[in-house]
Amino acid sequence: MKKCIVTVLGKDKVGIIAKVCTYLAENGINILDISQTIVQGYFNMMMIVDVTDIKKDFVVICEEMKALGEEVGVNIRCQREDIFEKMHRL
Amino acid sequence: MINMYEVSETNKMIEQENLDVRTITLGISLLDCIDSDLKELNRKIYNKITTLAKNLVSTGQDIETEFGIPIVNKRISITPVAIVGAAACRTPEDFVEIAKTLDAAALEVGVNFIGGYSALVSKAMTPADEMLIRSIPQALAVTERVCSSINVGSTRTGINMDAVRLSGEIVKATAEATKERDSLGCAKLVVFCNAPDDNPFMAGAFLGVTEADAVINVGVSGPGVVKKALEKVRGKGFEELCETIKKTAFKVTRVGQLVAGEASRRMGIPFGIVDLSLAPTPDVGDSVAEILEEIGLERVGAPGTTAALALLNDQVKKGGVMASSYVGGLSGAFIPVSEDQGMIDAVLAGSLTLEKLEAMTCVCSVGLDMIAIPGKTSASTISGIIADEMAIGMVNQKTTAVRLIPVIGKDVGDTAEFGGLLGYAPIMPVNEFGCETFVNRKGRIPAPIHSFKN
Repeated sequence: MKKCIVTVLGKDKVGIIAKVCTYLAENGINILDISQTIVQGYFNMMMIVDVTDIKKDFVVICEEMKALGEEVGVNIRCQREDIFEKMHRL
Repeated sequence: MINMYEVSETNKMIEQENLDVRTITLGISLLDCIDSDLKELNRKIYNKITTLAKNLVSTGQDIETEFGIPIVNKRISITPVAIVGAAACRTPEDFVEIAKTLDAAALEVGVNFIGGYSALVSKAMTPADEMLIRSIPQALAVTERVCSSINVGSTRTGINMDAVRLSGEIVKATAEATKERDSLGCAKLVVFCNAPDDNPFMAGAFLGVTEADAVINVGVSGPGVVKKALEKVRGKGFEELCETIKKTAFKVTRVGQLVAGEASRRMGIPFGIVDLSLAPTPDVGDSVAEILEEIGLERVGAPGTTAALALLNDQVKKGGVMASSYVGGLSGAFIPVSEDQGMIDAVLAGSLTLEKLEAMTCVCSVGLDMIAIPGKTSASTISGIIADEMAIGMVNQKTTAVRLIPVIGKDVGDTAEFGGLLGYAPIMPVNEFGCETFVNRKGRIPAPIHSFKN
């Protein structure tokens, strides 16, 4: 399984999760875990997703998600899980 | 499983605290390119570099996107050219031809610097070494991307004072040759004692002859991350201070190790080392000086600076060593003046002098780095400064280096502009008493005794 972390940060509005999840579903990305908070109107979401079955290049997925964020007006990052694992786990 | 707090901590380091991987440096051995025909040598060098490094930049960019970590520079280090060109070059101009080939190869593969236009002369010089050194001013004037270094001493061999004397003249001549651009050539020339074979950082990078045919070395950075972490322990004791630096250095270095492993796997080239350095940039919030001030100094250069730097340097190593499978290169805090806004401010405020910087180099990597001095400074004075710095390295069994820029046409009170990562620097005053008679003595300073440590 190839896991990666999707983070969404920005001002809360209708349909953020819907748009992100639609994109993930269309690209064969399975969501393993979601945690989400709203602090003072700011939307903060983290998803752990499985990108084993993606058809596109992972770099393309990262760029498309970034573009999707710009379209919705939030900041979306898609990163391989390893960077967090390495930094925070021995 | 990774939690939200950890994810946001990492991303905050990247977005707000300037965490980045400073460089992926591909070391390429040119020993198998050696040929007695200069044209053939140049052809082989160009082909080998452009073949091996073809995917270096694109691989770096892919890793950047996939992991979301900026990789600021992709660079190349090569076998010291004095060795590679010894069989083919008859004049210093022949060596300049090799410099042009290196520049063209670097442009082709898209790297911003290629290091290794170097001579290792810690004990004595071969005719080829001397020719290469004499060709440096011209080579750095006619190329954009080539970086040069001269190793003039080591703890084992002592200091080659003939090379020190020549280096002073070469630094001055390089400044003259690039005087239209504030003597920028000198920013690409480093004089070393105990130069490491696997340093990924420019301008002093080269690939030693004991290294593999090709190797990936990575330099990490992150002064901003350490500074932010230390803001949380203001007023606490040294134990907490040191623990915080260690933990932060560990996290920063883990990212470097990850990137090094990925780059190595994707390019099919073995991983060499991670260089655990705190390398500043001229950006605000990416400064080693700011860390020292956070530790408790009003300004860098104040009494206590050397002790604070010693502490910082040691804790960075202690934290970083466990985070990487192989550590090497220079590994420590860099204190370049022009590349660190806090250092520049300290010089302008009158707190930081050349003499204090020299003292600071006793306890950190690397040395008198990116310091602009008056253009009128004589070659023998520059040689004297080099000799002092080399002596510190030789006696303390550490790497030291000198990257001085005598800015032609400028004097104390003026500012030199280098642009980009090299930054800008106020011209610093130099002690004007002479050392010509000392520098003009021939031969070398013997290696120091390794016992009776006092």
